[in-house]
This record gives sequence, structure tokens and C-alpha cells, in this order.
Amino acid sequence: MVSKDDITITGSCRITGNSAFLNGEPYFSSAEKEAFPVFMKALYKKVGPGYPKFYKMDPLTKLGFISAELLLTDNARTGLYPEQSRGIVLMNASASADVDRSFQKTIEDKEDYYPSPGLFVYTLPNIMAGEIAIRHKLKGENTVFILPTFSMEFLTDYVDLLFETQKVTCCLAGWVEVDDKDYDSLLLILEKGGKKKENAYKLPFTKDVLENLYKPD
Amino acid sequence: MEALIEKLKKEIIEALNLEDIEPEDIKADDPLFGDGLGLDSIDALELIVLLEKSYGIKIEDPKDGKKIFYSLRTMAEYISSHQKK
Repeated sequence: MVSKDDITITGSCRITGNSAFLNGEPYFSSAEKEAFPVFMKALYKKVGPGYPKFYKMDPLTKLGFISAELLLTDNARTGLYPEQSRGIVLMNASASADVDRSFQKTIEDKEDYYPSPGLFVYTLPNIMAGEIAIRHKLKGENTVFILPTFSMEFLTDYVDLLFETQKVTCCLAGWVEVDDKDYDSLLLILEKGGKKKENAYKLPFTKDVLENLYKPD
Repeated sequence: MEALIEKLKKEIIEALNLEDIEPEDIKADDPLFGDGLGLDSIDALELIVLLEKSYGIKIEDPKDGKKIFYSLRTMAEYISSHQKK
């Protein structure tokens, strides 16, 4: 039987307000307050995954993808576990509303009615989870919850249940929210005890720790 | 024809968000799919929309897409022979 005490955070990525933090340390920050697309492109160049499909993604998927990219480079942690039991649990408040609105603009004028296939494919938040799953071979349980705010209690309870019922052996989990100009994410790598390979970054998976990682600068 | 090919390069880069690609990177006779630009099925649908929106050309039979979108030149030739407006 696994308790929450056995689950540890072995990686964290926080992105908001033109700054990205990896495992609590500043990773990248733009000098000036830039719009989300400009900041994301600069961060993509810094991370350098060489994945041109990134440019086709909607803003929500870009944020989730780049967060995962920072955390899962070379699958250093998730690679320790079987692909079929690597889970994803994501949460946000606006689902895919941001790209939904962009798509809506392509169909609202009957005289200029050209539905965009490239936008339509992202009009579900689960697509973000799918893109991450494909990229990093996370083939286990994957879920995206829509909640009014980042409920750390819900996240810890749900992930605990996944570990307890052995649905996952490691999990990428957290909050990824984009709505118009606002964006905000905290993504974590979670492992059961992290016993397979010690990791320098290791925090208990508790509400208090999550609040500390999520707090504004 | 060459002017149309150059115009198509810019339109395709913008429509398909090929941000790391410059117009000069796309050769007129290179395949757009597969080993060429590496476009996918969603890109193919966007190209169909591009033809209709920018040139008023509707592809009636999707099977024709493979020939029409083989390269920039085949696209330009199709547009030249089918454009009404």
C-alpha cells in the first residue's frame, strides 16, 4: 500500500509572467514583458528540442509541451519506468477555450467561412496531453481535469489513488492554463519513493510543497 | 509561373506555421510531403483551404490532392489552369 508520503516530486517546472523555473531555479526569463507567443518562441529556442510541430500547436499545448520538454529531457526520470505505466494528470480552468475562440473566428462569417483544420485539431485540452504522451512515450493513464482553480488537494488525492491502485509508476502532473493573454503552469514529475535511482531534486508531494512551488515570485 | 511559386512559398509558410523555414528553403520541384517539407495530413487540409480561400479553387475529388500538392510547381500549375477569378 502506497501512502502520499511515498510519492516524491523529482522535477518541477513553473512558467508564468515571462519566466520559467526548473526545479525551483531560474531557467529563462525575457528581459521585457513580451506577449505569450514571443515568450514561448524564445523559450522554445532556448530549450532547443528541434521539433517543428511545436509551431503548429495552440498556445495551451505549447505551454504544456515546453514544460514537459524541460522536465523530461532524455527521459532521465520517466525512462526508469515502463512506458505503459507512465501517467499524465493535467488540470486547468479554461480547457481549450483559447483556441476554441480562434477557431470560432474562422467560421463565424458566412461570407468568409473557412474552418481551419490546423486550429480545429487542438480544440480539446486532451490534445495537449496526447502531444506530450507521444513525444515522451507516456503510455499509461492520462487525464485532463477542468476545475475553477488549481486544486492541489484534488491533485494530490487523485495522483495518490493512481499510485495506490498501481495504474502508474511515475506521473507527469500539474496545472497548465492559458486564456487569452494569461498563462500559468506548474508541472511536476512524480515518482513512488524515487527508489530506483536517487535524484538530487526530491520533495515530498504535499499540498504545502505545491503551494510553495506555485506561489508568485 | 515563377512569380506564383514565390507567392505560394510565402503563403504556405504562413498558413502552415513553418516558422523555421525560409522561402528559399523550399525548392519548386521538391516533394511537399514525405521526405520533402515533412507536411502531414492536417497540413494537406490547410492547403485545400488555402486554394479555396486565396484562389477560389475547390478540389472536388480529394484523390486529386496527391498530384496537385506534390510540389510547389504542381500546385502552381493547377492554380494557373483552374483559377477563375
